Amino acid sequence: MASRNPYLHLLVYAAVMGALVWGVYAGAVSTGYDWDWHRVPQYLVEWEDGTLYRGFLLDGLIVTLKISAAAFLLMIAFGLAAALLARSSSIVGRLIARTYVEVVRNTPLLVQLYIIYFALSPVLGLDRFTAAVLTLALFEGAYAAEMFRAGVEAVPKGQWEAARALGLGRYHLYRHVVLPQAVRLVLPPLTGQTVSLIKDSSIVSVIAVFDLTTEARNIVADTFLVFEIWFTVALLYLSLTVTLSFAVTALEHRLKRAHA
Amino acid sequence: MTNGPLGKNQMFNRRSLLAAALAGATLGGITASTPALAQTESLVDEVVERGVLRVGVGNFVPWVFRSKTGEIIGFEVDVATRLAEDMGVEVEFVPTVWDGMIPALLAGNFDVIISGMSLRPDRMLRVNFTLPYASSGNMLGASVARMPGETSIEAFNSRDVTIAAVRGSTAASAVQAQLPDARLIQFDAEADVLQEVLNGNADAYVAAVPKPGTDAATFPEQIYLPVRETFQGTLEGFAIRKGDPDSLNYFNGWILMNEANGFLQERWQYWFTTRDWADQLPG
Repeated sequence: MASRNPYLHLLVYAAVMGALVWGVYAGAVSTGYDWDWHRVPQYLVEWEDGTLYRGFLLDGLIVTLKISAAAFLLMIAFGLAAALLARSSSIVGRLIARTYVEVVRNTPLLVQLYIIYFALSPVLGLDRFTAAVLTLALFEGAYAAEMFRAGVEAVPKGQWEAARALGLGRYHLYRHVVLPQAVRLVLPPLTGQTVSLIKDSSIVSVIAVFDLTTEARNIVADTFLVFEIWFTVALLYLSLTVTLSFAVTALEHRLKRAHA
Repeated sequence: MTNGPLGKNQMFNRRSLLAAALAGATLGGITASTPALAQTESLVDEVVERGVLRVGVGNFVPWVFRSKTGEIIGFEVDVATRLAEDMGVEVEFVPTVWDGMIPALLAGNFDVIISGMSLRPDRMLRVNFTLPYASSGNMLGASVARMPGETSIEAFNSRDVTIAAVRGSTAASAVQAQLPDARLIQFDAEADVLQEVLNGNADAYVAAVPKPGTDAATFPEQIYLPVRETFQGTLEGFAIRKGDPDSLNYFNGWILMNEANGFLQERWQYWFTTRDWADQLPG
């Protein structure tokens, strides 16, 4: 019985997936869509006079990576700062952290981007890229803040008491006792948040930052290769996020082994 | 198999098989109910039967835009309303982001694009255009702060110049064709394009007439016109899905007729040469 099951499950999985793919394909065919896959590779790489050039989509992917990396670092900074402020003894600090988290989590990302880019950036002198990175970091940072707070609070009480009993100050308490333990707890949800960050970065296409989605929209506007380009772009995002998830899973295993 | 209670595994199997069957059936149903857009009867017949003409529109003053009371008004609205009247049907406007117009038409979200869409070789590979019912052109508005005192279009054809336009518009392709060295940045809406120049983030923008002219009049401190002439003439037609010569013939006939009786010219004069409608602009 048990030996038969894996195949049956696989069969059911294949049937569901097959039905899905067939549904999308049949839908596209019924609109009389004219598939043109051979025009897609030039947007990834182009071979000209013996030299390999990056196509628009790869250029966009690199910008997406840059935005995501910069926003990730800032997200950690904002998240950690807000989490520590929320736990500080200062009422003002706690109020600021609370306001930040609530305001950011309860307004749409698109609205925040428009406010920061069209209203604030002329005042602050931010360029498109900086405004995009700042908006994403502020947005994802508010969620990261709650994760850090939960991570810090999940460190057993005994650890805090032991550290204080040893005479550690606030800085050393967090730096050597609490944060190293919190990091391991926070890693899985933080990975999810980083995956969200990468996906949410596609919103910067509305302010003409040349990320993957902007390049795709421009290509679609010029060529009308709607299905081909968007399927390709979805695969590129997927490869990015899946790679990240696997890398973090590997890291988690290593951390577990190191502390076992 | 015995008649006893089902094991956990068997339950799971039955449930997932059922789920798969349901998913398949649902998808099959969706696909089967998708209207076959490869026409057996013409679009015009279908519209008359349905009693509603669905028109895809973007947002370009004074072609088609929202008035301060929230109504959709403009040159196109007058044209499409008259067209629907002549067909004896109601008209329904479907506002769509400009770079999604042709994909939405192909997907069957509306019947026809009547939104100042210019004939363009690449567009004509995907959709059928009617005869032109209007002609227009693009004009360049420049930032006083960033590039003052220019008197030629060529001055903007440089790697250091950033030009904004609506994504997928004829204005954007005009920049690519005529100012290939300039850096083109594309936005979803005309309002964003203008804001980009007002904020000093772009040196200039290109849009269909009369927009840059009216912007220069509204923001004389920030926007000016280096050249008064349009730098690329365009012809606008209705766009419909391919493979339907009957409907194309109907729309062409309608346009020729309304050119002969002066309706199109009269409406064009009103929207493009007068500002009598300016009090209906929002804000």
